[in-house]
Amino acid sequence: MFDRLFEKDVAISGIGQSEVGRPSSLSAMKLTLDATLEAIADAGLTRDDIDGVACWPGDNNNGDAFSPVGPNALISTLGLKVNWFGGGYEGPGPLAGLINGAMAIATGLCKHVLVFRTITEASRRQTDKTASALSNKTVGRDNSFFWQWYTPFNVLSGVNLMAMYAQRHFHDYGTRPEQLAQIAMTCRANAALNPKAVYRAPMGLDDYMASRMISTPLRMLDCDVHCDASTAIVLSRIDAARGGPNAPIRLEAIGAALHQPWSWDQIDLTAMVTGEVARMMWSRTDLKPSDLGSAQLYDGFSILTIIWLEALGFCPVGEGGDFIEGGRNIARDGLIPINTNGGQLSGGRTHGLGYVHEACNQLWGRAGERQLKPHHASVVAAGGGPLGGSILLVRE
Amino acid sequence: MARKLPALNPDNIAFWQGGETGSLNIHHCSGCRRYFHPPAPICPHCLSQNVAPRPVSGRGKVISYTINHQRWQATLEVPYVVAIVELKEQTGLRLVSNIVGMPADEVRIDLPVKVTFSQIEDVWLPFFEKEA
Repeated sequence: MFDRLFEKDVAISGIGQSEVGRPSSLSAMKLTLDATLEAIADAGLTRDDIDGVACWPGDNNNGDAFSPVGPNALISTLGLKVNWFGGGYEGPGPLAGLINGAMAIATGLCKHVLVFRTITEASRRQTDKTASALSNKTVGRDNSFFWQWYTPFNVLSGVNLMAMYAQRHFHDYGTRPEQLAQIAMTCRANAALNPKAVYRAPMGLDDYMASRMISTPLRMLDCDVHCDASTAIVLSRIDAARGGPNAPIRLEAIGAALHQPWSWDQIDLTAMVTGEVARMMWSRTDLKPSDLGSAQLYDGFSILTIIWLEALGFCPVGEGGDFIEGGRNIARDGLIPINTNGGQLSGGRTHGLGYVHEACNQLWGRAGERQLKPHHASVVAAGGGPLGGSILLVRE
Repeated sequence: MARKLPALNPDNIAFWQGGETGSLNIHHCSGCRRYFHPPAPICPHCLSQNVAPRPVSGRGKVISYTINHQRWQATLEVPYVVAIVELKEQTGLRLVSNIVGMPADEVRIDLPVKVTFSQIEDVWLPFFEKEA
């Protein structure tokens, strides 16, 4: 099916992350520098070793809080001399920067690519809670090829779309709110062990059920928590990574497929794009779900985590609700521990790379109080709707 | 803030202004005789460019929905229902809309609905209501 499994030539050599503020007093660029300089040093490299930069989604709207710093600004600020750089929203979800960076290395353009993601939605919302409304993606009339089919009907947040996926999942498979709650509760329990997590106070089922309804059936506690933060990952050619201070974490397999329209309603409503993403990823490896010791799965909205669990094969499609019932299977000592830093629901909406950062910490045995039992393989999956990607990570 | 309206162009104008004559217009392909949405100058199934808007019955069913309670903008009236409606002409022929004219908590998946238009400026928004 594929001529070459390019990602096997690429490894994560270092990671970094700024403070996770709600809000942070630091500028978006300062947060970015804290993350990227930490990642470069962690990889045992210097500024001069970095010859590529990748970011999703990049500075796609001139400083917008969703992604205020892109490759152009970081290259200028750090005085980088790169052979290749790229950003942009149009890609397989929040992991697209990593996938693009890996391609730049595998094609021989770069040896060490700095991948980063900065977000400052918490501070932005201090002055304007409507800043992230979908209607603000365009000025005046909606001239977007895609969003014009949603915004005139007051689809003003992604939650309205995810809620319709959840409603259909409930209808088709009998998934219940008490099951959905287990995603939020598991993340909160994990966040208690992460000093950087935004929400660490205990949360019970009663707290979840009492949480304000945002868009049925999704409650406030089904939605991730805005923060100000930056996360950075250094990708290195595998031979170069082997000379570094950290055991290389290889990109064992990637999933980046889109076999449906890029649309939020013309796709499979209970699987979205996750099915083809996961099928592609598993087709590029001999590993199986049972080989993994942890999974960091997108929880921008809780329903998405259930759908990723199904797509990735941790349980059959449609049985995600039953699989997480009671929370035992996804707990720290369960079949497949998920979102061990609190995810985005309680840890903070670092939006994509936070999952990779946590996966690496766990694989390297650096997760402190929240360290799981030693394991060498993990999966990271991020996105919802037509935006989705996944990466299987293996520590050498 | 007022409801966001679409920018009209040659591909989408028949959809957004069909309500002026009471007609829900959906693009139809003469090559494979299938409808598709959103409208475009080419059929995504067979790549025929022999495509044009065609009036449909305006009848269909709710295949998913949500009751939005969050006031995303100061002047937004809540709650309201966002739904994905599948038109009866073809399995999988869907569009996003609002369900109006009935209590929000009575909307259900598979509810039969029919189109009703609401004009704002030069746009006729196709909403859906319970089919009597």
